Amino acid sequence: MSNQVALTGNEAMAQAMKQINPDVVAAYPITPQTEVVQMFSQFVADGAVDTEFVTVESEHSAMSATVGAAAGGARAMTATAANGLALMWEIVYIAASTRLPIVMPVVNRALSGPINIHCDHSDAMGARDSGWIQLYAENAQEAYDNAIQAVRIGEHEDVRLPVMVNMDGFIISHAVENLELLADEDVKEFIGEYTAEHTLLDTENPIAVGPLDLQDYYFEHKVQQAEAMENAQKVVVEVAKEYKNLTGRGFEYFEEYKLEDAEIAILALASTAGTAKAAVDKLREEGVKAGLLKLRMFRPFPAKEVAKALSGLKAVAVMDRADTFSTIGGPVFADVRSALYDVKSDVEVVNYIYGLGGRDTTVEDLEFVYNDLQGIVNSGEVNKRVKYLGVRE
Amino acid sequence: MSKKDKQKPGWKSIPEGGLILEAGNAIKYKTGGWRTHRPELDMDKCINCHFCWIYCPDSAVVSEKKEVTGFDHDYCKGCGICAHECPVDAITMVKEEPSTEK
Amino acid sequence: MANLTEIRWHGRGGQGSKTASILLGKVASKTGKNIQAFPEYGPERMGAPVLAFNRISDEKLTVHCQVYSPDIVMVLDPTLLESVDVDEGVPADGTIIINTTLQPSEIKEKLGFDGKVFTVDANGISTEEIGAPFPNTPMLGALIKATGLLEFEGFKTEIKKEFEKKFASKPEVIDGNMKSIERAYQEVKSE
Repeated sequence: MSNQVALTGNEAMAQAMKQINPDVVAAYPITPQTEVVQMFSQFVADGAVDTEFVTVESEHSAMSATVGAAAGGARAMTATAANGLALMWEIVYIAASTRLPIVMPVVNRALSGPINIHCDHSDAMGARDSGWIQLYAENAQEAYDNAIQAVRIGEHEDVRLPVMVNMDGFIISHAVENLELLADEDVKEFIGEYTAEHTLLDTENPIAVGPLDLQDYYFEHKVQQAEAMENAQKVVVEVAKEYKNLTGRGFEYFEEYKLEDAEIAILALASTAGTAKAAVDKLREEGVKAGLLKLRMFRPFPAKEVAKALSGLKAVAVMDRADTFSTIGGPVFADVRSALYDVKSDVEVVNYIYGLGGRDTTVEDLEFVYNDLQGIVNSGEVNKRVKYLGVRE
Repeated sequence: MSKKDKQKPGWKSIPEGGLILEAGNAIKYKTGGWRTHRPELDMDKCINCHFCWIYCPDSAVVSEKKEVTGFDHDYCKGCGICAHECPVDAITMVKEEPSTEK
Repeated sequence: MANLTEIRWHGRGGQGSKTASILLGKVASKTGKNIQAFPEYGPERMGAPVLAFNRISDEKLTVHCQVYSPDIVMVLDPTLLESVDVDEGVPADGTIIINTTLQPSEIKEKLGFDGKVFTVDANGISTEEIGAPFPNTPMLGALIKATGLLEFEGFKTEIKKEFEKKFASKPEVIDGNMKSIERAYQEVKSE
């Protein structure tokens, strides 16, 4: 039995955590994630969950305690945003390399500085090489759905990796929208019991976690991590299919919106993908063959599938809500372009860096991008490969 | 972006690094528009203790030659701390009336 | 999009414009509508002009930006007219509902706006019914009357449930809020 509700993204995420009922949550508040932890701690105080809630003095400690709990065989979660994620940095990598299936909602916010509390993806994109699986959500519903699936994905025996469940700060986290919650027992059944293969608390089979790993072994362990990411691609699909059977909702690596017969398309992640749908609808009414690819999974990067979906198009704009300062475009652009190189496609790919620090991105902004793509198709020329959208000159 | 934001200067003309190069420019930010109630001073009751002047968070109490003479309405947010602190009830908060308000 | 209503709320920090937009959204969702309710977040400042928004539609909402051409504008504080361009982006046939003791014709003249203008003394109603000026809930009553956005009896049933949740620790204010909504519904003025 499911439940139709109107909740903020943060409320939806707190509900997902309540239904997951982790053994341990260690977290520290930071805007715009604060409400998630606040509401979850209320569930703990009310006895609505069985979780051991660890109040810590910083995010570095939050991730450390979460790693410790996970190494002890617990189903462990934390949540953060922006500068909090930055303060966790050292342990974020350790969580992945120790192969601990931690699930962490990240309520995406611009990483200082200059100091800013609003949405962009510079926090999570900075962690793209940390070895965490990364899922992105268009709305509160998808953030909720991703959190529940993340448990299964991370804990899968072929994966054993931590998962970052991203949600746009304020735009989604603080906006009330309709969504459907699963019944508690359905979530319980879907995620199942967690039994770690090895745990520090198993005194019959004592182990050491996090030993020194030098020239003779470190490299092999990193290749194991890479192999686990390869495996995650298969597992993400399996879990998505099973979740769809249960709920009728969801996508595997991405959603294709009116892409099948499209000539031009935008590739975007998160809330902007929803706004782009409105732009596609408007342009379609005018007879423009516009489409959208909404990427759900950024790590691992589904290169083959993205290339296949885009290779038949004439022009594509990749939207990046973060800059790499490489001067050759944002993080998503780099991967998409690299993926397309292998398929020898003629599709022109351009990059728009947009929405930094919460700059509002409107339907008109995205129509402007489609018009730009139309211009590229008509003229056959790209005057500038990487552009900034919605910035004052 | 709102119309107001669109009129702000672009990236080519603002100081790098988010620096504020002009000392004391907070004076340009007039917070009087936030006010829904304004303080009114009864000069006959006032004993010039200057409690209001000390407590005002916006330095909006005007004092000239050791006498409280009134309020700077460009900055007074109408918080009412002055009226609360006044030991002789010489300050009352009255509803701010817009020009067309009856 | 068919049947899409976009609303922009103007208020001052502390007046409850965010709460009003969320209450409206939650109630509308109970009647089967697809909704969004969200404020514009800046530094939290009591008294500073703030914005909140609603989208209400029969269809699924995917747009995630602010509302720039609202069908309805709600103004919680008449003094905002002095400093904020409340009719920015409002189409000629749009609706502005304002908490004031003035007549709609006077507001129209002040704004130079030819669309639909409604006025209601939400501060007065709230002061009498709740004991303090909380204009946000009476403004909801005025909104329902002026626009017919939702059916009033159903709206009252659902908003009462929201109040019961929101004011669980001070149930004595629920009646006053309900009366404020009822009175604003009756007393809102058009030309």
